[in-house]
Amino acid sequence: MESKSINQSYFRYVDWFTVGIYLILIIAGVFSVYAASYDFDNASIFDFNEFSGKQVRWIGCALALALMILLIDARMFETYAYPTYIFVVLLMVVTIFVAPDIQGSRSWIVLGPVSFQSAEFGKFATALALAKLFSSYDFRLNDKPSNYFRVLLIIFIPIVLILAQKETGSALAYLALFFVLYREGMSGLVLLSAFCAVLFFVLAVKFADIPFMDTNLGEALVYMIIMLIMVLMMALFCHRYAATRNILAWFVGTGLLAYISSRCGYTLPGNPFFIGVIAVACIYCLVLAMQGESRKILITVGAAVVSVIFLFSVNYAFTSVLQPHQQQRIKVTLGLEEDLLNAGYNVNQSKIAIGSGGMTGKGFLNGTQTKLKYVPEQHTDFIFCTIGEEEGFAGSAAVLMAFMILILRIIHIAERQPTTFGRVYAYCVASYLIFHLAVNIGMVIGLCPVIGIPLPFFSYGGSSLWSFTILLFILIRIDAARRRNLIY
Amino acid sequence: MRKDYRLEKRKYVIGGLIVVIVAIYLVRLFNLQVADSKYKAYADSNAFLKKAIYPSRGIIYDRSGKVVVFNQPAYDIMMIPKDVQPFDTLDFCKTLSITPEQFEKRIHEMKDRRSNPGYSSYSPQTFMTHLSAEDYGKLQEKMYRYPGFFIQKRILREYGYNSAANILGNIREVSQADIDKDPYYSPGDYTGDLGVEKSYETYLRGEKGVEVLIRDAKGQIQGRYENGAHDRNAISGRNLKLAIDIDLQQYAESLMVNKIGAVVAIEPQTGEILAMVSSPTYDPSLLVGRKRGSNYKELVSNKYKPLFDRALMAAYPPGSTFKPGQGLILLQEGIINLSTAYPCYHGYINGGLKVGCHGHGSPLPLKPALQTSCNAFFCWGFKNMMDRKSKYGSTAEAFEVWKNHLVSLGYGYPLGVDLPSESRGFIPNAKYYNKRYGESRWNGNTIISVSIGQGEILATPLQIANLCASIANRGWFITPHVVKEIEDTVIPSNLTEKRYPTINQKYFNDVAEGMRMAVTGGTCRIANLPDIEVAGKTGTAQNPHGKDHSAFIGFAPYNNPKIAVCVYVENAGFGANFGVPIGSLVMEKYLKGQISDERKYLEQRMLESNTIIYSGVKKH
Repeated sequence: MESKSINQSYFRYVDWFTVGIYLILIIAGVFSVYAASYDFDNASIFDFNEFSGKQVRWIGCALALALMILLIDARMFETYAYPTYIFVVLLMVVTIFVAPDIQGSRSWIVLGPVSFQSAEFGKFATALALAKLFSSYDFRLNDKPSNYFRVLLIIFIPIVLILAQKETGSALAYLALFFVLYREGMSGLVLLSAFCAVLFFVLAVKFADIPFMDTNLGEALVYMIIMLIMVLMMALFCHRYAATRNILAWFVGTGLLAYISSRCGYTLPGNPFFIGVIAVACIYCLVLAMQGESRKILITVGAAVVSVIFLFSVNYAFTSVLQPHQQQRIKVTLGLEEDLLNAGYNVNQSKIAIGSGGMTGKGFLNGTQTKLKYVPEQHTDFIFCTIGEEEGFAGSAAVLMAFMILILRIIHIAERQPTTFGRVYAYCVASYLIFHLAVNIGMVIGLCPVIGIPLPFFSYGGSSLWSFTILLFILIRIDAARRRNLIY
Repeated sequence: MRKDYRLEKRKYVIGGLIVVIVAIYLVRLFNLQVADSKYKAYADSNAFLKKAIYPSRGIIYDRSGKVVVFNQPAYDIMMIPKDVQPFDTLDFCKTLSITPEQFEKRIHEMKDRRSNPGYSSYSPQTFMTHLSAEDYGKLQEKMYRYPGFFIQKRILREYGYNSAANILGNIREVSQADIDKDPYYSPGDYTGDLGVEKSYETYLRGEKGVEVLIRDAKGQIQGRYENGAHDRNAISGRNLKLAIDIDLQQYAESLMVNKIGAVVAIEPQTGEILAMVSSPTYDPSLLVGRKRGSNYKELVSNKYKPLFDRALMAAYPPGSTFKPGQGLILLQEGIINLSTAYPCYHGYINGGLKVGCHGHGSPLPLKPALQTSCNAFFCWGFKNMMDRKSKYGSTAEAFEVWKNHLVSLGYGYPLGVDLPSESRGFIPNAKYYNKRYGESRWNGNTIISVSIGQGEILATPLQIANLCASIANRGWFITPHVVKEIEDTVIPSNLTEKRYPTINQKYFNDVAEGMRMAVTGGTCRIANLPDIEVAGKTGTAQNPHGKDHSAFIGFAPYNNPKIAVCVYVENAGFGANFGVPIGSLVMEKYLKGQISDERKYLEQRMLESNTIIYSGVKKH
């Protein structure tokens, strides 16, 4: 009897705060889509031939979907996690073969008048599967390597399938799930080295054309950061303070020597000099390592060696692995090339549109840049432009803050889950949102290379809206059942 | 339920991350929107308009530098709907010779998003294409009366000669599929269709330039952005020099009037195609301008299929023109030597099978067999090869060896000519016959008709001509091609490299000698020019559709070949009836520049005769 009454009253525990932010975002979204596709020949916002009208229809469906999810027993999500995952994976495989080729990508399944992207529905399925795996009995990520293998398998199957559909952007979004792994025990060094890799890459490419000591400033900066990392790791990670002092002295001393010699007119050759200095420091560390307690020192030396190798491969990777248009996008993002006609055109137009918004914007439907169709994809990936132009800094900051609050709220919800399943699932939702927000707005304001992914709840399109609605409402439903779980 | 509080702290890292990202973005937004007024200045009154500048398309010359294809200007009327103000519609319509109803209909079509998804009242829309120069002149004077309308210059093709349509191809407006495939194109652009225009599209089209203009929020153009610092000039398309001799092409086309078939002439040393006729053909200027659509439809529905380039797309049974190749394979495989003679009692009679032949001496060796086009000789040779189990193990193995030689001679696969849609012809393999007759249930006699170029064997006139060129060269060929030079570029190396068949070069001379004998005292005596040594081989190909096809291959001069030809005339009877006369006239015309008086009657007969009437008529 008691359990029944709790079941009936779980609506009391629905996190109405999250639902509220969700509603605010989708309503703001539909107005933005209307503004972005508004054409002065002005159709009504509900005109089903216009993008905004269609978006309204999709929002209706999304709300119905949300209600249905809230009515499902929360335990069903856990029970059917794997079947759902397998079903969606099969759907993605089918997509590769049946999807028509739309501008090089084969990701749309067309069912009569409706077409949708299976990659979007992979998001919640993967999240459920991951949560299910983590919640299996006595599963701890760091217990054995095979656990990592299973986790990575779940994440990379959809990634590979989406890459096969030529939707690089959507595939990258799944990499955000590494935040979840981090929360569940993966070493922070993995995220840190990923960060360093990006940092090295950016520095090496951005300053590659400035000469410095017979090499270029980019490489020299990376060498210096590698030295800094060595010093920091010896001190904070290995706690070998005497050794730290010696290495620091060695680095500073040789640096001074190089400086003096260049002032005297003899410039030391850059690459051999830096590699030599770092090699000597490494050998010194290895000697120390032989005296015992070697593991952490070896890790430090390994990090330095890997970093140097990485630096060497950056140039190769940049010029040989990346496609010319990708190189271009990266160079444009780093401000190395101003290319207003091709890769830079979208971003430049989008920056102009946003920049022209000022503090309070030009007012709803008064944006000229977006109306004149200067910004391509303005109702989908570049929707944030319209907000920036028409609502100004106030509006775009509000949208950013709303997203931030939503994500922080989800993290809060995650931590209050009594089950691992709920927690891992919640972190998956948060991770996807972080990635989409960071990349989408980053590219619109010119801080990220252009990767075509939508802004959740805002961008025009049913697949993305439904996908994020499902993601969010499954979380809300699981969260609403948290009290019941306390019983057992 | 365990809870790991050490790990729980990591929520601060993830939460902190999003806070940091949002903070960075807020700073950036603040800079863009509030602190930096640069963007505001750009956008407040100005915005960019990228306007394409169309390059002129490459001009096409023939091998002696005569202009074959060049450009003519054409004018499209464009309109920006938002800028249109009330004007005298009636006068406008009269100038363009259209009715007001047509005008209304066109405007309506333009605004229909279903048929014109790119419609925007702010961007230029095409109102009418390909204005005549006359209409353009009339309209230009009155243009100021029609605000919102403007004239865009485009480029159309014009042809110096009304021939070689199958080689040249034409240009057409791009379709949505073209745009999806190659982002270079935008709606309204032109692209090559068929022929050289298609296969050399990337060279001919050049590169569009761009002009970056600033316009105000109402869409009116204010000037060039940063004084044109970001503009890019259009780069003209590259000119092409064809290998084709346009006079020879015209002459060959005239000989093929009222006949169905193809003529291919190749310069053996270079692989350059001197002439390539597909008959019936059409005037390339039919596919230019506004009448292109209706003319194209007519050509497509014509029952003789003029758009089908028979020279490289039609797969014909090569008939007896196949015998020189046969001779090469039999020599190479050691099935015969020059003194091997086979009997011919009015044909090949073996195992209850009879392949008929004409009256000539018997038995005879290879060269006289080529001279008289003896069917029996090649049937025996082929049967002996197929059934020589001691050498090959099985008929299937022997057949594979035979087939591979043919492939090396250029049969069975596209040669790689620099034109689109080349057919591969057809050379069966052992698997094909295994499937048809059952494994090891067939032998030389089962498939004896392939030995004389009948049965399953199919080849394009181009492949047949190429074999002739290989014999002319005594053992090698260069991939046939129609383009000799590309301006400022070298032609791809696969069009200049020698290709060697898997047959010893010494055997080619023997086969060439047999072909020479056919001209001096055999089946192609009509080709025996008084002062040029010609070698040749007739072909009379039976076919299921009606009267035999008349074919001929030949090259001249015998010792230093300058031209190798293949003539194929559908339903025209013996090779000597049409193939040999046309082939010899083409060679004579090319080598001497004119036809000698004693052969004028032959030329006259070819120009006037009509074999198209036999097309589709069943033999009785």
